[in-house]
Amino acid sequence: MSTEALVRARALAEEPLRAAGPVMGFASGTLNSLRDLWAHRELLGLLVRREIKARYKDSVLGLFWSLLRPLTMLLIYYIAVGKFLGASRGIDDFAIYIFTGLTAWNLFAEIVSSGTSSIVANAGLVKKVYLPREVFPLSTTGSALFNFGIQLLVLVGATIIAGKLPHGANLMYLPVSFILLLAFSTALALLLAAVNVFLRDVQYLVEISLMVLFWASPTVYSWAQVAKVAHGWLAELYLANPMTLAILGFQRGFWVSGANSVVPGHLEARLWIACGVSLVLLWLCQRIFTRLQGNFAQEL
Amino acid sequence: MSTTVICLENVSKRFIIRKEKSLKERIVNRGRSNLHKEDFWALNDVTLDIASGTSVGLVGPNGSGKSTLLKMIGGIIQPTTGSIRLRGRLAALLELGAGFHPDLTGRENVFLNASILGLTRSQTEGYFDAIVDFSGIERFIDTQVKFYSSGMYVRLAFAVAVHVNPDILLIDEVLAVGDEPFQRKCMDRIRGFQKEGRTIVLVSHSLDQVADICDRAIVLENGAVKADGIPRDALRVLRDDFEITRLEDVERAQIAATMVGTTAIRARVAAVTLATDGALASHVTMRPGEDLKVRIRVETEEPLDDWFLGIAINTSLGQCVFATNTKLMEIALPRVTRAAEFQFRLPRVELGEGDYSVDAAVFLASGLEAHRLVEGAQIVVKASGRTLGFLHLEPEFTLL
Repeated sequence: MSTEALVRARALAEEPLRAAGPVMGFASGTLNSLRDLWAHRELLGLLVRREIKARYKDSVLGLFWSLLRPLTMLLIYYIAVGKFLGASRGIDDFAIYIFTGLTAWNLFAEIVSSGTSSIVANAGLVKKVYLPREVFPLSTTGSALFNFGIQLLVLVGATIIAGKLPHGANLMYLPVSFILLLAFSTALALLLAAVNVFLRDVQYLVEISLMVLFWASPTVYSWAQVAKVAHGWLAELYLANPMTLAILGFQRGFWVSGANSVVPGHLEARLWIACGVSLVLLWLCQRIFTRLQGNFAQEL
Repeated sequence: MSTTVICLENVSKRFIIRKEKSLKERIVNRGRSNLHKEDFWALNDVTLDIASGTSVGLVGPNGSGKSTLLKMIGGIIQPTTGSIRLRGRLAALLELGAGFHPDLTGRENVFLNASILGLTRSQTEGYFDAIVDFSGIERFIDTQVKFYSSGMYVRLAFAVAVHVNPDILLIDEVLAVGDEPFQRKCMDRIRGFQKEGRTIVLVSHSLDQVADICDRAIVLENGAVKADGIPRDALRVLRDDFEITRLEDVERAQIAATMVGTTAIRARVAAVTLATDGALASHVTMRPGEDLKVRIRVETEEPLDDWFLGIAINTSLGQCVFATNTKLMEIALPRVTRAAEFQFRLPRVELGEGDYSVDAAVFLASGLEAHRLVEGAQIVVKASGRTLGFLHLEPEFTLL
């Protein structure tokens, strides 16, 4: 044996034996997953970049397309829902209102829908290399965040042009809403990505559910309009939707004209509770993901 | 000093073969779902220890569980029961270019792939020139890989793979890539890895490659370890196995042929027997350099005129290493009315270690093969184990 080999063998003897693949168990497993993910943070960054680069490959306008989609949606809802259906009556600066909701909603929808198919889409890698599989849903989350960033820039730009730059205490709604939104959607993405491997129907189900859920949050109409028809437990049910809370929180932050509009009672408390629940949910979904990922390679 | 780097304890893996995948199918077939289900044990109670610095070849017939075992060591699939534990950094080359994205350039893919295999960005930057140099595709490094030829693709992927710095390297049938100079470069790299004390676990169907690279071979069969030891002994077990399978196939083919009645047997080779110096038998074990007598009994229903007789020695893979016939030897054979025996004597048969079979055939003057007795007899050559290949030589070595 060469000296180099001896040195290596000796160094290896110092290391403890570790299990191949992910560790089950609740506490130790979580720590292990986090450590594993931290070790792969560079890969995560590269995968996010790959997602973004590959999406608008060979197109002349490139990233501009990722902006055009929400802008078109804005135009449609502004004209069709706002003007024709009259939803804009009673909502000042309707364009900013809608775009705030759309920006938040798009982040959620993109994380959930592309996260769901992320494992199946990366089947080649999942079957051939061991990586903490969370990187795939997380990388789609990353690229969704990138799009979200662009839309946010547009939104802030619009508020400047309108002379309604968000300021003051209402800005405090933003961080908690953002964390709630991110934790909730990532939790769903992890869970659905894992389940989708075993049941491919899930990705189609998700598409349809997202369509329904879009109208279950106050993006193109206002909470005041809901409060008029929904009372008691119905209103509570409506507010139990974390996305509703997150979007309301975003609107409190960005929609300056609506500072005096009707908001559900205890919005801030509700946001914090939902945020906490979502974080617990994220942890639970990650555990479920770890349990299920052992069989990914053979199911794909 | 060596350390256990891979430790498998009672590892078993069960695959459930289920046909339906969609929700509809599951609901519709719920009652019958258990009928559709089929258990398949890919691995059964495997216990292994692999020491650091060894190169282990996993061999076995198709479906014996080699790749499953490799994937479990790599953590890609989990064992149903048992535990697998490791020490050190592991890189798995189960497929070259796994994770290459066709729309990214070669350069971007190098960074992505290196990261997948566990290199940090700064390490990749350090190795980048070496990687490109090794792959030999400098000119195309900024081209999208979808425009690469398959050879270029594989070259780049392998170049990345060999620059990862693992303690344990898992390789699954990926060495046979590129053209010959590139393959040689890869093999040199593997040998370099061995010298550096890295542990290599290799799955291969090329037994020669395993004998060449590895210092330990594990033969798997139906998910269990059949043999484990130095490659020569382990591979002998496997070769014997292949031989049995092949003989069964031959037998089946012969039965099928006679049932269809395609060959009208007018004259036939009834038996082939062999002898070195002892008694004649259909199966001999010999050492290289011994004389071999091949006796052939020919039977015919009608008188056989103007014919010739041939013999051939084949390897267990069916490759002919020696053949001759009486026509080539310029010998005229007498008329045979009912039966006759003939003998070829082969002096100093310098065959390399391995299993061989002897075919004998009766040819008519036109060159038409009247009958061939396939694998009429078997030869097992046992040599010193100091050489490989079909030809046996006594090599000498001098330092000049």
